[in-house]
Amino acid sequence: MLRRRELLATSSAALAAPRTARAQSTPGVTATEIKIGGIMPYSGPASAYGVIGRLEQVYFRVLNEAGGIAGRKINFISLDDGYSPPKTVEQARRLIEQERVAFLFNTLGTPTNSAIQRYVNQRKVPHLFLSTGADKWGNPQEFPWTIGWQPSYRTEAQIYTKHLLAQKQDARMAILYQNDDFGKDYLHGVRDILGDRFERQVRAVSHEVTDATIDSQIVSLQGSGVDAMLTATTPKFAAQTIRKMHDIGWKPSLHYLTNVSISVASVMQPAGPEKGVGIITSAYLKDPTDPAWRDDPGMTEWRAFMQKHMADADHTDVNYAFAYGVSKTLEHVLRRCGNDLSRENIMKQVTSIDNLEVPTLLPGVRVSTSPTNYHPIRQMQLARWTGSTWERFGEVLEGARLT
Amino acid sequence: MEGLPHQLVAGIATGGIYASVALALVMIYQATHHVNFAQGEMATFSTYIALTLIQAGLPYWVAFAATVVVSFAIGVAVERVLLRPMHDAPVLAHVGIFIGLLLVVSNLSGLVFDYTVKSFPTPFDTGGGPMLGGLVSGHELGSTLVTLAVLTLVYLFFRHTSLGLAMRAAAYNPTSARLVGIRVGWMLALGWGLAAAIGAVAGIMVAPVVFLEPNMMLGILLYAFAGALLGGIDNPAGAVAGGFAVGIIENIGGAYIVGTELKLTLALAIIIAVLLFKPSGLFGRVVVSRV
Amino acid sequence: MAAEDAVPVEIAAAPASALPVTASWLVTPALVLLALSPAFLVEGFRLFQLTLVAIYAVAILGLNIVTGYNGQISLGHGAFYAVGAYSTAILMASFGLPYWATLPVSAAICGALGWGVGFPALRLGGLYLALTTFALAVAVPQVLKHDALERWTGGVQGVFIAKPDAPFGLPLSADQWMYLFTAAIASAVFILSRNLLRSRIGRALMAIRDQPTAAEAMGMDLAALKTRAFALSATVTGIAGALSAVAVEFVSPDSFTVNLSITLFVGMIVGGVASIFGAVFGGLFVVFVPNLAEEIAGAAPGVLYGAILILFVFVLPTGFAGLLRRAAARFGRSNLANKAPQGR
Repeated sequence: MLRRRELLATSSAALAAPRTARAQSTPGVTATEIKIGGIMPYSGPASAYGVIGRLEQVYFRVLNEAGGIAGRKINFISLDDGYSPPKTVEQARRLIEQERVAFLFNTLGTPTNSAIQRYVNQRKVPHLFLSTGADKWGNPQEFPWTIGWQPSYRTEAQIYTKHLLAQKQDARMAILYQNDDFGKDYLHGVRDILGDRFERQVRAVSHEVTDATIDSQIVSLQGSGVDAMLTATTPKFAAQTIRKMHDIGWKPSLHYLTNVSISVASVMQPAGPEKGVGIITSAYLKDPTDPAWRDDPGMTEWRAFMQKHMADADHTDVNYAFAYGVSKTLEHVLRRCGNDLSRENIMKQVTSIDNLEVPTLLPGVRVSTSPTNYHPIRQMQLARWTGSTWERFGEVLEGARLT
Repeated sequence: MEGLPHQLVAGIATGGIYASVALALVMIYQATHHVNFAQGEMATFSTYIALTLIQAGLPYWVAFAATVVVSFAIGVAVERVLLRPMHDAPVLAHVGIFIGLLLVVSNLSGLVFDYTVKSFPTPFDTGGGPMLGGLVSGHELGSTLVTLAVLTLVYLFFRHTSLGLAMRAAAYNPTSARLVGIRVGWMLALGWGLAAAIGAVAGIMVAPVVFLEPNMMLGILLYAFAGALLGGIDNPAGAVAGGFAVGIIENIGGAYIVGTELKLTLALAIIIAVLLFKPSGLFGRVVVSRV
Repeated sequence: MAAEDAVPVEIAAAPASALPVTASWLVTPALVLLALSPAFLVEGFRLFQLTLVAIYAVAILGLNIVTGYNGQISLGHGAFYAVGAYSTAILMASFGLPYWATLPVSAAICGALGWGVGFPALRLGGLYLALTTFALAVAVPQVLKHDALERWTGGVQGVFIAKPDAPFGLPLSADQWMYLFTAAIASAVFILSRNLLRSRIGRALMAIRDQPTAAEAMGMDLAALKTRAFALSATVTGIAGALSAVAVEFVSPDSFTVNLSITLFVGMIVGGVASIFGAVFGGLFVVFVPNLAEEIAGAAPGVLYGAILILFVFVLPTGFAGLLRRAAARFGRSNLANKAPQGR
């Protein structure tokens, strides 16, 4: 008898409150709040990237003060995983099952995101704008709920290789890569363009994050008589590479540097600005130290934001421009959802972004997605180091269309 | 075997880095018979202090001296506060303290000084051109000289001063040393202080080459351990030689034999091989203990 | 704080069981039931956390066997955990073995590896062994990433496996089944280990830890016992690693850095050295405290973690388990004082 009473009570409650029922199908969203989850390495070896999460937290706070989205405040819960995949799994489950967030935003790292990708897709939780350049996130057939944001490392390597081949058909290339997902993506990108010629034309050497110096690797590569060098490693080692190559007098006609390590403050200055003259990289973000953006409206907006809300941060750190760009993209998507903040609709809006212009992206570089195109940014522009800044040249290029 | 002489020279240069850290490890061992896992992190922290002082406007050598003194004080404080109550505790407790220290100092560096890579100035900038065809920079030569100078000072201290003798006695046989009137507790504290000071010097010498960031020393520490063990953990000169040797072995091995992906494993192999076949190292003294 | 408290001699001298004999065979099944109960009380994420607690408890127990009970300090147990995890992942992904069949194989592989490590360990003592095992822990991710093994290990990408559904069509979710399976295995390992460590062999191990010369003089084969202790320890931690691979459904070199070995070590000290129950506390600490630390310390949970470790070494060298034991002993003593004295 007790059971029947309970049954009556719950069914009448359900009938009486249709709005609550709808909220159930939009987890993380109530009439006043949108709950978002983020996972960042705030501690541990990758914690330099934690600044991205910090800007995002500030960004949403500012957004809330200005009224929020669709009349709701954003509750951004960003947890630490120390760049450890088992921890990422735990935090993702906490966010999705306990905190019941609407979706995950800008989670960082390749192994860390790999660990949660299947779980997130099984649960049909939007896994948005991953903070990693690994190529594999653009896979709508298998993982329709996961989408990246930045151009993939592989795309970048393809662009470099195409550029090199345009200068010299049978050019030989040396690659110094960090022995992890990030570095290896560059190898794959080069291989994509060269195909069978890879073995003949490429001499690749790896290094570990725990290596003290990469002198030995540079010395090995110098002796291989190549026309071009590709440095696919993180800032500390990139700075060492630039300096060492200059010191031993090894100047191949073309030296490509990964976009991850183009920071003026962390790489070019410590290495010695005059030592890197002529190095080519590709960019999709506006560099905060580039004088060309002094009066640029987008960067003016960014600078105002930084001055007002993050005055103590290092304003030359391009990670902040990155975080601002991706947060802006999310804001755009959420606004387009209107009042329907269900996961399905969020995903629908995410996969139908049409040439979105973002303040911190280079002119000509736009965000575009479609149900079959899960690589939001595919364009980059080459830039050359002049000794004081990265000077862009040529047109905005796109990587090979492999899908 | 292309570029062998180049690899050798590069190996010597890297070896210089390991040698300076190995010296700090040996210092601690000689004075206390402890192997301090947190040595690298403490050196990194000291280097950050030096950078802060330099950025505040102090001239390089003043900042250098100030950091050495401050690090000495920190080393003494750590010993007195954390290790004095543990003098009779089992080895496990000591390891616990060292690991705890490693966690605290390493995370503290990151917390206070953030995780971005910073460059560190060098007083040995030749400005014009590097030597030896660019394989050895002015700094690397300078820092090697500094390492050798510190080594000489350490050697003279232990061999030819009564304080050095007292320290060695306190480490080898605390009971007898106490009976002879040596203040064993303060000898140990002194040993820690000196080791921290040497570590600071090593950090300041290393940072311009590898760039300063909180995890700077992790890889280096292991190679330094390998070097110290190889040369003899109770022999400062041997440890320095061991550091250079490890640098060469690592470079040659990484370039020609095992590939760059297994360099750490190579260091591990060195450690194991030394400890198995010649635990006292190449130049150490064999100590026989009677049961 | 007397240094004597730090020496686990106090534990070895403790009575085998604080309870009268008749009650102890009730306690064990009761504890097992208690261990299995969360599957029906908690769900989803919390259950996943408790599964991790059980796994880490087993891993810490393994470490305790060789370090706590046998005095061989290992800072590299993450290596055995990693080998167990990868063995299971590879057997499931490349060879199609079902998850439960991989456990004995992974355990055997880790045991062999532990035995192999035990030999050089014989020559090393105290700090040198700690140093060597530390180097092992740092080198492990590099080996896992190596090209030669990439076909099986997946290199830097890692290996994906899927959590099993409940067998025989039982009405349990995959999470529940995973927890029950893990808790059952953990209980079995704990019971077996307790029996072993309370037997002659356990006392021999402790004797070697405390007075190796006397132990040898009494005729114990130190080499055999120590290598076997390492083998057993590696097996137990390897089983934990194998279970973790299935629970997390993913293995990669970044999952097994030196931080893991340090974590296990911290868990052992905090939970209680040379204590079987301490491993459970260690597991709870390792899973829940970092989250707490994140909430409290925000920016630097690592500092808090290290500070707690140092604090425990100072104030509670026998860990939580030691604290409980002392409390129980005091309670028991005051109890006994009220009863008529009886021989024990």
